[in-house]
Amino acid sequence: MSESTGIVQKISNQIDNVYDFFVGGFMNFVREVGTVGLFAIESTKLLFAKPSRFSEIIKHMEFIGNQSVGIITLTSVFTGLALSFQVYLGFKLVNAVNLVGPTVAFGIFRELGPVLTGLIVSARAGGAMAARLGTMRVNEQMDALDVMGVNTKQYLIAPRIFAAVVCMPMLTALFDFMAMVGSWFLCTKLVGIDHAVFMEKIRNAVEFRHIAEGLVKSAIFGFMFGVICTYKGFNTSGGAKGVGEATNRGVVMSMVSIIVIDYFLMNIIRIFYIVTGIAQ
Amino acid sequence: MSDSATNSAKTAGKSEYAVVLQDVKKSFDGKEFVLKGIDLKIPKGSLAAIIGFSGTGKSVMLKHMLGLYEPTSGHVTVLGTDLSTLDNNELTQFRCNYGVLFQSAALFDDMTVIENVKFPLEEHRRDFDPEKITRIAEQKLRMVGLDQMHNHKLPSQISGGMQKRTGLARALALDPEILIYDEPTTGLDPILTEMVDNLIVETHRARPGTTSIMVSHDLKAAFRIADFIVMLDAGKVLLSGTADDFYKSEIELVRRFVDKGMKH
Repeated sequence: MSESTGIVQKISNQIDNVYDFFVGGFMNFVREVGTVGLFAIESTKLLFAKPSRFSEIIKHMEFIGNQSVGIITLTSVFTGLALSFQVYLGFKLVNAVNLVGPTVAFGIFRELGPVLTGLIVSARAGGAMAARLGTMRVNEQMDALDVMGVNTKQYLIAPRIFAAVVCMPMLTALFDFMAMVGSWFLCTKLVGIDHAVFMEKIRNAVEFRHIAEGLVKSAIFGFMFGVICTYKGFNTSGGAKGVGEATNRGVVMSMVSIIVIDYFLMNIIRIFYIVTGIAQ
Repeated sequence: MSDSATNSAKTAGKSEYAVVLQDVKKSFDGKEFVLKGIDLKIPKGSLAAIIGFSGTGKSVMLKHMLGLYEPTSGHVTVLGTDLSTLDNNELTQFRCNYGVLFQSAALFDDMTVIENVKFPLEEHRRDFDPEKITRIAEQKLRMVGLDQMHNHKLPSQISGGMQKRTGLARALALDPEILIYDEPTTGLDPILTEMVDNLIVETHRARPGTTSIMVSHDLKAAFRIADFIVMLDAGKVLLSGTADDFYKSEIELVRRFVDKGMKH
């Protein structure tokens, strides 16, 4: 009797553990999302508060935008080259190489442009943001701002988020352009597709909304990695180790979020097109 | 400055005490209390030292005085204003009444020495023209004895002592009514410690009416320079008074602390 009671007790404990793992984990996730959401709302509202932080916004735009131009240019050209070559190999099998240009253009403008730009910039600038804010937290610089009567969220967070939102579409536009330059080079100079055909097919297939779709997505990605990385940096604790962890978590969470949200945005945009009658 | 913060500044002169803590309790997890009912009155114009073993709640108490922490229960009144009556914006503005020198100086590492000192002025004296702000910043740096040749260096390019001086100049920039020193000499060599101690005394004497509050492990310095001493133990005030009160105290822990502290 006592043996069976023990087994029942063990099974009951295991069920409790499994319940805690899934339900507790889910509750923690919901709580974290809620906290980050409140942080985002509070910080965004402060963007319009006085005093104006225009010079801070410009400083962060220079860091996020200007300093990312080199890496975006380099990666986009090679993305265009590689993607075009793979598409070319596939389309050659069905004798449709003339459609390489528009196919690559759709892929770049709507998906790869915003997603890859988001991943690259969140790794470069988002990581740096989290590390910088984390260092300020552990070195008491944020406490110093607090006791000087400076609203730390308004001074440190809001300008960074805004700069990320503004810079991301510009960097994505650069990515799109340079990736298409790479694609053009491969198609017309290396695999022999006629320049006029390449351009004409793209012109016929691609509309402004395809490009705008990617730019809107990229602004959302900018907001996401801006909020996540500043949140992680702002709430750093535990010295140098804490700064490292905050940076790591900020970058990983941003990257995963960009890829996951991209799928949902794609569907939302599709539904929007259908509802508004823009596309079927 | 907001209305209530302005009002508090007006009532400040009427209050005999700069800081009053009434039965302040603080728990971070709802179970264990870091502060277990602090009752404390720091006279206006005094140079007060808060001493105690590590982990007795000195820094937590200091953060309550600065309004960075809210007490779980009890009241913190600074310059006649109960901090719990201020909303976030009012509290932010009210903090202009403080100047704080942090343990690490907490200088902004992407700003030069003079930019660090100018920062609070640029934030809160927006009607001042840039030349006037620079003039005030240079005057504050001279006041703490920092040579002008260091003004355009980054904090990483100057010594620890100079960083402390810069931190103090920044704390003085807005001419605050309360100056707070958070363990200002921890980790410094004896010569630098003495320099910082002297700087605190000189700054206090140069600004009559200002209340200076120093949190310190350095008992010798506390007894040498402070005219009001508070000793914390296990989240409570064990004794507060003058150095003489401490020398004469019969409390065992105070005796041990005084004996050990004065030997080292």
